[in-house]
Amino acid sequence: MNDLSKQAVARYQNDFLREVEHEVDEGEWVKMCMQCGVCAGSCPFGPHWEHSPQKIFMMIRAGKREEVLASDSMWMCTSCYNCVVRCPRKLPITQIMHGLATYAHKLGLAPKMQPTRDFSLQFWDNCTKTGRVNELKLTLGVYFRDGLAAGVRKGWQMRNVALGLLKAGRLNPFELFGGHRCRDRKGIAAMLRKAREIEARKERKAG
Amino acid sequence: MAKKEYAFYPGCSSQLKASAANYLVSVNSMCKTLDVKLTPIPDWNCCSASIGYAGGSELARHVMNARNFALAETHLPGQDIVATCAACWLNARESKEKLDGSAALLADTNEALKEAGLAYKGDAPVRHMVEVLIEDFGYDELAKPVVKPLEGVKFAGYVGCQTNRPFGIAGESFENPKYLDKLVETVGGEAASEYEQKVTCCGGALAFSEPEKSQKQIRDIVEAAYDHGADMIVTPCPLCQANVEVYQSEINRRQGTNLAMPVTYYSQLMTVAYGGTAKEAGLDGHLIAPVKLQAIADGKGK
Repeated sequence: MNDLSKQAVARYQNDFLREVEHEVDEGEWVKMCMQCGVCAGSCPFGPHWEHSPQKIFMMIRAGKREEVLASDSMWMCTSCYNCVVRCPRKLPITQIMHGLATYAHKLGLAPKMQPTRDFSLQFWDNCTKTGRVNELKLTLGVYFRDGLAAGVRKGWQMRNVALGLLKAGRLNPFELFGGHRCRDRKGIAAMLRKAREIEARKERKAG
Repeated sequence: MAKKEYAFYPGCSSQLKASAANYLVSVNSMCKTLDVKLTPIPDWNCCSASIGYAGGSELARHVMNARNFALAETHLPGQDIVATCAACWLNARESKEKLDGSAALLADTNEALKEAGLAYKGDAPVRHMVEVLIEDFGYDELAKPVVKPLEGVKFAGYVGCQTNRPFGIAGESFENPKYLDKLVETVGGEAASEYEQKVTCCGGALAFSEPEKSQKQIRDIVEAAYDHGADMIVTPCPLCQANVEVYQSEINRRQGTNLAMPVTYYSQLMTVAYGGTAKEAGLDGHLIAPVKLQAIADGKGK
């Protein structure tokens, strides 16, 4: 639990539902869930969620802050939106799950070795660096996240795929030295810096 | 003056030598035949895809997408923004709807965009290429340039998730969208109309971070195509194409299966049917060669 989390605990006094409503993307929808379970049944990775989306909503309402935020459940969401289109109350479940995951990460409560969290963070860093994704660097970043030996092993396992993509003109080894990029990288960095400033400004007002 | 002009948003994977390079090639070829002028939005940037959420805040993600809108409005005024990538389209459209619906969010976004010398006005609609084909042309119009109907080839129309949900294409059903089947039939192919895995998630970005879970999905998607007698899968999403194609060898290695189902783009089908060469259709950009399509491309037309 980091400072941000301690502040949140102090501000919301165990009212986890209210905390989620204020801090999590689309969190105000959580109270609309009628516990029908269609989301849980529609999820392609459903069996892999420690707590199904349906259960997560009930756990939020029951104040299970630690259990929800420390869970890897939300990180199982593949953004397929099957739950969203089938929910009878039209909850934006995909967005709420990503929002919960992001919030858990921000508070330092997300599971440390969560691979999707790692990929998500790497993806953002990668695409904002030049304005466009460097696919080779991203892939290598994912493969080598568990260390040099693991990376080499993974790369070796996937060598035929890599070779295939190379021959198909869909993999550029020179991306290692810099690939596609936007011209106005400075402008992109500046606008994202300003976006962070604006959000910090809002947080200070709320706190 | 081209019949129709659009501000093109290709997305990171549809670039030269990127993972959907063959999609880009086939889209350009298809549009040439249809007399569609696609002008890439100058200096377009990444939409941050579906997976960029933990690193990027809500506002930052909207700002990334709004930059593309502002660039399109500035350099290609009056043109609809057209995306070929499912995630780009979804993100852009979602951002646009949020920005158009909230004055506060719009103000914050423009405050950030100002640092890049840009402002978002909210003029250009955001569409997917498939929407453009169906709504601006229509199936009958799309059938006209066909010189090599894809006879004798059966396609499993794998729509996937993000062109279908949450926005849907041309008012079709979320549970059983038929547009890919209709496109297949438009170009003379046979559609596996009972293909029950057509909207099953391939795992998306989690094919990278949770390979085993995702490969279970991919195996179901491919095996169902075999079950329905399909010669190949056709898809509108660059991530689906990559995932469903490249992991078949991994699934074979780990699970002892014998999968070798080609996975193609609708634009490749159309390019071949319109008389394009294998190269123009990007058929040389595959790990599992779409042999039947190559044969038609190499053979004589009607």
